[in-house]
Amino acid sequence: MKQNWFYKETSIKKLWIGAIVILALTVIAEIVIVLHPHFKIEALFSFHALFGFFSCVVMVVFAKLLGFLVKRKDDYYDL
Amino acid sequence: MTCSLFHPGLLLILSGLLISFLHGTKRTVFVLLIPCLALASVWNMPFGSACSVQYLDYELTLIKLDALSRLFITVFSITVFTGSLFCCKQAKSKELAAAFIYAGGAMSVVLAGDLISLFVFWELMALASTLVIWSAQTTNSQRAGMRYIVIHLLGGVILMCGITAHVNATGSILFTAMQADSIATWLILCGFLLNAGAPPLTAWLADAYPEASFSGTVFLSAFTTKTAVYVLLRGFPGTELLVYIGLFMIFYGIIYALLENDMRRILAYSIINQVGFMLCGIGIGTEMALNGAAAHAFTHIIYKALLLMSAGSVLYMTGKRKCTDLGGLVQSMPVTTVCGIIGALAISSFPLTSGFVSKSMVTQASVDEHLLWIWLLLQAASAGVFLHAGIKFPWFVFFQKDSGLRPDDPPLNMQMGMIFFAVICVLLGVFPNMLYFMLPYDVNYEPYTAAHVVTQLQLLLFSGLAFFVMLPLMKRTLTLSLDFDWFYRKLVPVISNQLFHYLVQFEKVFKQGFSDLKLSHYLDNKLNIQLSVGMGMSMIMVVFVISLSYLLL
Repeated sequence: MKQNWFYKETSIKKLWIGAIVILALTVIAEIVIVLHPHFKIEALFSFHALFGFFSCVVMVVFAKLLGFLVKRKDDYYDL
Repeated sequence: MTCSLFHPGLLLILSGLLISFLHGTKRTVFVLLIPCLALASVWNMPFGSACSVQYLDYELTLIKLDALSRLFITVFSITVFTGSLFCCKQAKSKELAAAFIYAGGAMSVVLAGDLISLFVFWELMALASTLVIWSAQTTNSQRAGMRYIVIHLLGGVILMCGITAHVNATGSILFTAMQADSIATWLILCGFLLNAGAPPLTAWLADAYPEASFSGTVFLSAFTTKTAVYVLLRGFPGTELLVYIGLFMIFYGIIYALLENDMRRILAYSIINQVGFMLCGIGIGTEMALNGAAAHAFTHIIYKALLLMSAGSVLYMTGKRKCTDLGGLVQSMPVTTVCGIIGALAISSFPLTSGFVSKSMVTQASVDEHLLWIWLLLQAASAGVFLHAGIKFPWFVFFQKDSGLRPDDPPLNMQMGMIFFAVICVLLGVFPNMLYFMLPYDVNYEPYTAAHVVTQLQLLLFSGLAFFVMLPLMKRTLTLSLDFDWFYRKLVPVISNQLFHYLVQFEKVFKQGFSDLKLSHYLDNKLNIQLSVGMGMSMIMVVFVISLSYLLL
């Protein structure tokens, strides 16, 4: 069977390169476009990128830790 | 009774009763036509009160129309239309009938000008939505529906107590903006919040909705929580507590969705998350924030229905709902994938989608009020939405490892439903004025500034990067997550089983001692005891509630 484009080694590589280029562009755009920071902390260069990335890291790690406490096998209530 | 106007809610309730008598093409035409009629009638109605009914000493106002109620009726009608289109060929008549009565109840709540008719339709919604869950006709849906209705009837009782006390204290049954400053208004607020999925009883939503059929969940997602948002918008604007409740719901939704394996339960948790944004807006309470909450309710209903339709299509075609069983469906379900992705982008508020033009109003309101911490939390939450719904749902269902499943796209009418809502998501994103002109207050906000687009893209795309960097931490497991429902699903049954065990022991001793008194006839077997204890417990509950309401009066 023909392998789907999304599952080829070469296209996964292309996707990663494309993604990194776009990520870089959104940060570089900050040099060209005048932002209007309202809060002081927003004035930090690439604040939104850093904030988005690290808040997600915190949430994923928190979910993982909470998982140890609240996760049960999915037939837990059927027993 | 003076009722010269076409009441859209009653229209849907009456047509719901007729659906069971129709079959085939007639049923299809009927279920598509009625929501259009409801939409047409609300847009031809003048603002103001109409349709008053005498009940006891009170004059009920069944229609009180203004921009806010028209906004909600509009989105409800569109959702009934599209939901019906999605399942008109596949759904059981009883499910469609229940869904219509449910939607009609929601519309009637939105139009109600007084607290008594609001309460009646509120309860009708609870009953009809339970029927929607039960029409899946599985053991799980039966049990989940029972838990669902018990919680909602509890909410109804709390609301009723509040309304009675409020009417008694003020002498007026009119539903107007209130302050949570007396027991009466607190009880009303609690009753409203329960339907919004607020803590502590948050678990009912993610417990019950995913147990409905592939199409039932689409209807369920639209009405109960959003009607609650509507009554909070109308009844408690600017109540600061709602900001904190909203923030809790936002992060609760994200964290639990990250832990979840069932694709529709992920989306159910994300409803709680999105309602959290709306509550924040209501709590902030400025015109911008209230507009934002209303607009977000509108766009949310549409993209969440779209997401659930695409998940419903996957369920309908594969019969599977767990992320661990799915994956790689992009290869054979291109339409479902594209529609699912558009819904996912809209919920993440990507520029050019509907979520971008609505959610940013709530965030902007927090900036205008200089609420730094709330703004930071809302921004983190926006990133988190992209993480749990924007990427996680499409990634695990349509991409990730190849599950080997090769289902086709669903039947044409299901595809049309999805495509229609996908188009609306993009249209509202590209032409935000289509939405803004319907909002209750004048909109003085431009979402598409270069700075806003760039910062939003940074925020979202880098959270996307975080998803793929952290992917090993998010490996799907065959698990569920404990929640508040543990108390009534595990703890109480364990205690009551122990209690029955002792009762049975007691019965044996009792029987031996008094065998000649023929009392054992009544205590014949365990079932009999369970039944009588159950009845006794509910009697005690009823007496307790009645005496509580008397005390309040």
